[in-house]
Amino acid sequence: MARMKFLCDSERCIECNACVTACKNEHEVPWGINRRRLVTLNDGKPGERSISMACMHCNDPPCAAVCPVDCFLQTADGVVLHSKDLCIGCGYCFYACPFGAPQYPRTTDFGSRGKMDKCTFCAGGPEPDGSVEEYQKYGANRLAEGKLPLCAEMCSTRALMAGDGAVLADIYQERSLRRGYGSGAPGWSTAYGRNDRGSPFAPGGPGTGGA
Amino acid sequence: MRPLHALLLLIALLAAPTFAQAQLTQVPGQNSPTTKEQVPLYVPQDDKVIGRVSIPDEKLAVLVQPEGREWREWRTHTLRLVIGGLAIGMTAVLAGFFLYRGTIRIHAGRSGRLVLRFNGLDRFAHWTTAVSFLVMALTGVILTFGRPLLIPLIGHQAFTPLAEYAKSIHNFVSVPFVVGLLMIIALWLRDNIPEKADWVWIRTAGGLFSKAGGQHPEAGRFNAGQKMVFWSIVLGGIGMAASGYLLMVPFAVSGIGGMQIIHVVHGLLAAGLIAAVIGHIYIGTIGMEGAFDAMGRGEVDENWAIEHHRRWYEEQLRKGYVEGRQPAE
Repeated sequence: MARMKFLCDSERCIECNACVTACKNEHEVPWGINRRRLVTLNDGKPGERSISMACMHCNDPPCAAVCPVDCFLQTADGVVLHSKDLCIGCGYCFYACPFGAPQYPRTTDFGSRGKMDKCTFCAGGPEPDGSVEEYQKYGANRLAEGKLPLCAEMCSTRALMAGDGAVLADIYQERSLRRGYGSGAPGWSTAYGRNDRGSPFAPGGPGTGGA
Repeated sequence: MRPLHALLLLIALLAAPTFAQAQLTQVPGQNSPTTKEQVPLYVPQDDKVIGRVSIPDEKLAVLVQPEGREWREWRTHTLRLVIGGLAIGMTAVLAGFFLYRGTIRIHAGRSGRLVLRFNGLDRFAHWTTAVSFLVMALTGVILTFGRPLLIPLIGHQAFTPLAEYAKSIHNFVSVPFVVGLLMIIALWLRDNIPEKADWVWIRTAGGLFSKAGGQHPEAGRFNAGQKMVFWSIVLGGIGMAASGYLLMVPFAVSGIGGMQIIHVVHGLLAAGLIAAVIGHIYIGTIGMEGAFDAMGRGEVDENWAIEHHRRWYEEQLRKGYVEGRQPAE
């Protein structure tokens, strides 16, 4: 059984927000809720990176651990889903989540925040696959149709990847090999030339322009 | 054909400045920004892995907040240990004390004469606070311990509405609690200011452990033990209310780290207050003969008043609040 994961290659992300838009459109996500978002680190400085972030579908999900009504479940693929029928909107999952994934339709209504909403890895909810109730509560269930999450499918630079963790690891390893170490580091091309991408296996060796 | 072409060219030349002008004077849409400052880019100042987001929710600029792990540990283990441990520990200590001392009797027996101790307003303030506190303690405990204790018993489908109502009741009952708390402060603060005589009470533990009974350090309206309960309830209650209202308006004054700390403060104060109130209820009911009358009917037996609050009794006597006795001159 595949372990579904997200991986955002920050060397490739160009902050186009297509993943965010695709997610909102595919699931008819209401205003104010951001299942996926783009965060830019070191904005405008050397080493600026953009990362697309949503629920990471953790191995040991903190949201599920702190939920007072135990509304979370993890599928055999490792996807973390929750039941909006059981959720009481207490907000504890947001306090525990390292990634700010849980979202609430209301925020200041005297403690009532409505049912929590978050990324479902395009896998719907506990309702029967493809049912109307499932779509209304959680959005599309692409996984049940044999498709991968739309955010990753939409990514023009293939920065955001979603799917079997083992396959993602292979792809990312291949990319790292081709990029070479140091290829994205600030100052590298100025110091060693634009064409020197380093050698992944021999730092300081002939490939790095060092020796 | 030539004249037609010339005509078209002429029309185009004449029209060109009009088009250009139309573009120059184009009115911006109602919602389009006119200055750079109107374009919202949220750059929060905090201490985690934070970047910039272009959506109007600055919380989401936090990319990774590892503190969530500590809060998880607090919520799933520490909180339950502290609340459960203090409540059960306090109950065990009181059970041991009850076995050792039993109900503390009125040494001289009941005289049958009554002294006014708490008037209607006093009792209204007390019971408003007390009932609100008990309701909030119960609903809070349901939310804290419901998952390990109640879900296995009643199932997820039944527990969700229970938790939902518990959460709403917990929030709304905070209002009468604060009203009662403010009344308590206004009514009893005067009589709860620490004084020198309190040291005697504390040194002798209020005579609680003198099994023979009848040994009571002199006290005014409230002895040092009651003053300690008063200040725990007042300071703890203010802390609980402040942290609770901040939890009700999430992220109004702080980011996610602050919300976690507010929750920890709320939980620790709750644990302390629940334990203190268990002790308060014990000594006000089965722990001491005649004590419940004070808050129940508002009047206490004369001998109880003399034994426990001699200085206050003498004041009441002077004021003529003792049934069947003339005010002393």
